[in-house]
Amino acid sequence: MSPLVFLFAALAGGLGAGLRYLVDLGVARLVGTRYPWGVLVINLTGSFVLGVVTGGFPDAAFIVGAGLLGGYTTFSTAMLDTIALWRDGSARAAAFNAVGMLVLGIVAAIAGLALGIALRG
Amino acid sequence: MTSPIPLRLALVVAGGAIGTAARLGLGLALPAPQGSGLAAVPWATFLANVLGAFLIGVLAARLPSSSGVRVFLGTGVLGGFTTYSAFAVGSMTLWQAQPWLAAAYAVASVVLGIGAAALGLGLARPRTSHTQAHG
Repeated sequence: MSPLVFLFAALAGGLGAGLRYLVDLGVARLVGTRYPWGVLVINLTGSFVLGVVTGGFPDAAFIVGAGLLGGYTTFSTAMLDTIALWRDGSARAAAFNAVGMLVLGIVAAIAGLALGIALRG
Repeated sequence: MTSPIPLRLALVVAGGAIGTAARLGLGLALPAPQGSGLAAVPWATFLANVLGAFLIGVLAARLPSSSGVRVFLGTGVLGGFTTYSAFAVGSMTLWQAQPWLAAAYAVASVVLGIGAAALGLGLARPRTSHTQAHG
């Protein structure tokens, strides 16, 4: 891999992180912050689009997939949110944040993969 | 400590590029998932996610979520370093060939991720204060 491709992927990850910040702010304004809906929306849409890229556009896998979508989605905040929900006494919300997000994320990835394969034709 | 949104956005973008570069570097340093058995596990994603969860616990114990440093290091660097999309797609890919290994990988990532974040929170909690950190 050329250093330039690596640099572009890292910069794409920065843009993805910025997009995550804005989507999280927007979702919080729409539905409030009792449950971290923003991170759920981000991780599900990111998993779906990475499925599309993996199935239909493998040439974009490094810069768009690993870079942009890797920076857009986040695992660390989801784990921290799960603990915060648990400590706040929302055991069901904590369980959903851990297990529900995982199951829905994999379902989103499968749906994205199917769409990607269909688009590639 | 609270900074305006455009400044915070710039901090997140800069941090996200740094964290993404670190994750991609880890991916290049470790062997890519291939074949069957444990060699098929996306270890770089696994390591980045568990390590990143630990570090965000440390950050959350030390800094309020409104601080600019927390936004840069937590939302930016660690948000970019860890990834959910590669985790979900990696689990799905592994599932197609080795469903039990995929289930173990997915569950272990989340269990160890939560454990690592709790460990970071616990180890870094200031001893003089009982303030709980939320992120």
